[in-house]
Amino acid sequence: MTPATSLVAATAREPGVLEVRDLTVRYHRGIRKPPFTALHEVSLAVGPAETVALVGESGSGKSTLGNAILGLVPAASGTIAFRGEDITCARPRRRRALTADIQAVFQDPYGSLNPVRTVGQTLAEPLLAHERREVRGAERTARVRAALEQVGLSADDAARYPGQFSGGQRQRIAIARALVPSPRLIICDEPLSALDLSVQAQILNLLRDLQGDLGVSYLFITHDLAVVPHIAHRVAVLYRGRVVETGPARQLCSAPRHPYTQALVAAAPMPDPVQQRARRRAYRAYQAADEARAPAAALSDPP
Amino acid sequence: MTAGRGRALPGRALPGRALPGRALRQMASRPLAVASAAWLVLVVVAAAGASSLAPYGPQATDLAHVMSGPTAAHWLGTDRLGRDVLSRLMFGGQVTLLGVAEALVVFAGLGITLGLAAGFAGGWTDRLIARFGDLVLALPGIIVLLMVLAVYPGSELAAMIALGAISCPVLLRVVRGATLAIRGELYITAARLSGLTGPRIVWRHVLPRLAGPVIVQLSLFAATALLAQSALSFLGLSTPEAQGPSGGNMVGEASTVVSQDPWLLVPSGGALALTVMAFGLLGDAVRDVTAGRHLAPPVRVRPVRAPSKPMPGRPKGRAPGTAPAGGSMLSVRGLTIAFGDLVVVRDVGFDLSPGEALGIVGESGCGKSVTVRSLLGLLPGGGRVTAGSALFAGRDLAAASERDFRRVRGSMIGLVSQEPASGLDPSFRIGSQLAEVIRRHAPLSRGQARARAAELLAQVNLPPGTLARYPHELSGGMAQRVSIALALAPGPRLLIADEPTTALDVTVQAEILGLLRDLREQTGMAMILVTHDWGVLADLCDRAIVMYAGQVVEEAAVGDIYASPRHPYTEGLLAANPHRTPAGGVLPAIPGTVPPPSAWPAGCGFRPRCQYATDACAGGPVPMTAAGPGRLVRCIHADTLVARR
Amino acid sequence: MARPAARWAARWLASSALMLFLVTAATFVLASMAPGDAAKAILSSQSGSYTQQQYLQLRDELGLDQPLTAQYWHWLDGLLHGTLGTDLFSGQPVTAELNARLAPTLSIILGTIVVAGLAGVGLGIVSALRGGVAGRAVDAISLLGLAIPNFWLALVLIELLAVRVELFPATGYTPLGADPEGWLRGIALPVITLSAGGVAFVAKQTRDSMAEVMSREFVVMLRARGLSGRSVVLRHALRNAAIPVVTVLGLLLVSLLGGAVLIEDIFAIPGLGQLAVTAAGSHDLPVIEGVAFYFTVIVVLASLLVDLSYWLLNPRVRGS
Repeated sequence: MTPATSLVAATAREPGVLEVRDLTVRYHRGIRKPPFTALHEVSLAVGPAETVALVGESGSGKSTLGNAILGLVPAASGTIAFRGEDITCARPRRRRALTADIQAVFQDPYGSLNPVRTVGQTLAEPLLAHERREVRGAERTARVRAALEQVGLSADDAARYPGQFSGGQRQRIAIARALVPSPRLIICDEPLSALDLSVQAQILNLLRDLQGDLGVSYLFITHDLAVVPHIAHRVAVLYRGRVVETGPARQLCSAPRHPYTQALVAAAPMPDPVQQRARRRAYRAYQAADEARAPAAALSDPP
Repeated sequence: MTAGRGRALPGRALPGRALPGRALRQMASRPLAVASAAWLVLVVVAAAGASSLAPYGPQATDLAHVMSGPTAAHWLGTDRLGRDVLSRLMFGGQVTLLGVAEALVVFAGLGITLGLAAGFAGGWTDRLIARFGDLVLALPGIIVLLMVLAVYPGSELAAMIALGAISCPVLLRVVRGATLAIRGELYITAARLSGLTGPRIVWRHVLPRLAGPVIVQLSLFAATALLAQSALSFLGLSTPEAQGPSGGNMVGEASTVVSQDPWLLVPSGGALALTVMAFGLLGDAVRDVTAGRHLAPPVRVRPVRAPSKPMPGRPKGRAPGTAPAGGSMLSVRGLTIAFGDLVVVRDVGFDLSPGEALGIVGESGCGKSVTVRSLLGLLPGGGRVTAGSALFAGRDLAAASERDFRRVRGSMIGLVSQEPASGLDPSFRIGSQLAEVIRRHAPLSRGQARARAAELLAQVNLPPGTLARYPHELSGGMAQRVSIALALAPGPRLLIADEPTTALDVTVQAEILGLLRDLREQTGMAMILVTHDWGVLADLCDRAIVMYAGQVVEEAAVGDIYASPRHPYTEGLLAANPHRTPAGGVLPAIPGTVPPPSAWPAGCGFRPRCQYATDACAGGPVPMTAAGPGRLVRCIHADTLVARR
Repeated sequence: MARPAARWAARWLASSALMLFLVTAATFVLASMAPGDAAKAILSSQSGSYTQQQYLQLRDELGLDQPLTAQYWHWLDGLLHGTLGTDLFSGQPVTAELNARLAPTLSIILGTIVVAGLAGVGLGIVSALRGGVAGRAVDAISLLGLAIPNFWLALVLIELLAVRVELFPATGYTPLGADPEGWLRGIALPVITLSAGGVAFVAKQTRDSMAEVMSREFVVMLRARGLSGRSVVLRHALRNAAIPVVTVLGLLLVSLLGGAVLIEDIFAIPGLGQLAVTAAGSHDLPVIEGVAFYFTVIVVLASLLVDLSYWLLNPRVRGS
């Protein structure tokens, strides 16, 4: 069984929150150049209250997958199913309705909030769009305050502007905005990468706790394998648009099987000098063997 | 360590009020902007109310007082027919301002609509509109104006409409550019994902941001239109004399009698020039104010407090004035750096032995980058070293002149920075940049320099073909290798690497780290590595200093720091590192956030977030104390903590 | 290598031809919309009154009774054969008339570009690097230069430097070939007048551009490698800051065509601008078309130069 099908089969029993099958995404680069295939027949599934990590380096297509699920880029072929419904070619109105169920948190805590609108105004936006009769002004304010408190901020912060908060706090605000419509699935696109180390652990814990309290699922996109076992149940590794390995998070990170995953694990420096020295020697040996095997197919430094 | 989601601590948000009001307030604080606005208001009032406010009629002659200078009866003098200049200016102002308004309306209407259409529609519409705009902009506009005036002789309205139309591509371009830029912003994507419809996004997010650039362009065009209108009436092509005075034809009249009464040129020309200037200055002020609109409001800066008596304790190491450790290549003591009044680095000290690799590790804003850049005199604008010393090769880098720095830079100390490609000049080939640096430091011929450049490339594992490439053609890893080669070219004894692998993929990072290690082995260079990544630190460095809130909080050999950290911050960071904690439980996290330099606590900088803090920690500046052989800590509880762990 | 260049050349030719067509066609349409026509103007200037028959006869002679498209086609046909028709008033070939007036206009325009370019770039560099008082002074001078109406400045300069102190001639033009010194003196005042605004424009753009480039990371790195301040600024920063400045110089040229009209009127210089005004007034269609054509050719050549310098300055443009 290929990694993709095994992953899908494992979740065939549960009603998946998200199911991606053989998704292909292409970018057109003008009339003369051939289109660039960002994702090639990628398959993936996320269950309820589950976190699936998507790991890859730059150019792997991990962000593209997130964007495709959110409807920001069109799919060339394949299907994306949310709770059984095929949303690959969803029309704009359906997409807008879906934003109540699928939300996103992005990498850049500074760019994702409009600097000239207050936190409260920004957080109220998801509720404006789904203006059902019940969600009026007072209730909107109440929900915004509740969301802020859920992420560890105070309700008074709704009146402030994003410029008055630190990066970690802004990321909390972004998470609060994602929580406001009570979604089932949140796409987290490198939410920790722009944060300081001491804050990363806080946000990681916050995300875990929210999953425990609310039962929300995450697709956690990251380039940092070290974080994966702490937040994800399962993980898929992407390389140049293809899934090269999937499996339970802890298992894959401690004993990777695909050479690329092994390279990723081996390349990341360990914060322990004694261990790192040993790993370095092993990595060197691995690199030499890799080059001897296929000198032209170096895995690093893609053009 | 307190675990959990880490409740954000209170008291860290910066004060501020509503932004649009603040923009107006900022404008009000600029004297030129206020003066311009006041002048324009005066002009508009005088022109609009000319019939009631002007002392004389526009054609009322006073033949007794022909061409007099300024008098009590005629504040700005009279012309050759004895008509009052001030009144004629006021009536003329009506015509002129009306013309400007006509042109502005056409300019704004066409420019904004087309620009928005192009920015939002994208695709063919966008390309068509942009091309059309470029074409119109390149037209010799004078021909169009002349022809329009031929069709509608003497009609200022026609000429102004034509002027607005042929100038609108300028506004179109600005609106289109701003719209495209705003559409690309992440918060627009986020708004879409919140479910807002397109028009709603335009209304809430795009239009408010457009206001600034549009106002700037409108005021600049008002200035242009004013000049054009007066030129046309000067030439007699519009607003013929029979219709009444205007700024332009008043200048024309003044020119006919300039030898007899040169004064007449002054009020007409002066009024025009002042009004044009007012428009221009107003536009500049709006541009300055809106450019900085989305930055945090300026924070009240606390004056730097003079250090109070240090706490009693162990003998201090690394205090200012302490003798440098024997045999060290670089000795820093008590280094303090400030930007204006804001201190960002305080009392930093360390020693570096020849051939040693020292790591400076900390989070963003701790001052590590600023510290190393000050050693080369490369602080960004406004930064200066206010205290301390940095002895290197017989010089004190903390008090060096630009000439001293030029002797040190490159030849003795090399620098590699975080940004691979943007650290290279995009307009020159790699070979030429290498050759330039080589020849700056050694008297080699072109051919010799080229050969040396190829050698350097080989040293960093790049093929010789790279010499002919441009920076934008290189991948991140390759560009960083080029940066390293450029730093090595003059053969420095010390290499400062400021976050050299932060922007690179992990596999590429491993290669660059390996390269740096190999180079150190080959050349015996010392290295200072600035990083926030504890894995990189462990891989490359022999000793490490940990910085927090502008200070060094711990210094030790790398093995000691990881095995037994002494400072609570170091301990907390290592505990929060996902590599070091087995998965499953909650990740131990340090509560709170890193304070910005303007909000550093009194006493120990880490106190608000420290689980071991006591009241004594807020007493005053904490000195560095010895904590074992070759170890220093800045914590008054360091010993008790060792016992506890 | 040749293919992208050939493609680019083809695109340039197409857009230039399009622009020429648009300008001349639009001029034709506008001219024909104007009340009155050349026939009326000629007859009026010859004798005060004329009969309808004379008018119609003259119209037929001049070809003015043909439909617009036929007239335009006739003109285009002439263009492709190297002629621009004849002046309806003087009977002279239009090309000859225009060529005679080309030198004065070009002298002034090119002279202004050179002066404004050199002075503007120099001032811009100085104010970008020095900042402080020098920067503020440049700002003030720039503002003044942009705000003062150039016709007013011309009059003041004439009064001060040509009438009171006879340093320069107040009017007229001396060809370069005949008397180089006279030529220089003749164009001095016009060039100074037009440069006042031009210098300000260029200096502002140069300063903004240089300030932006100097704040980039690679400039810090160049200094870190020990390169001298002068080499960093003149060799590296200027090269990277050049593109917006070149763009501005191109725009300046286009606006100078309009300024030429004004200046030639004040200084009584027999150039294309002056001709444009008189021809527009008298509905001399071939001459108007000719001037429009010449002006557009100047603009097209200028934009070609600008594009070429983009290509030279920016390696990314070259690579694509």
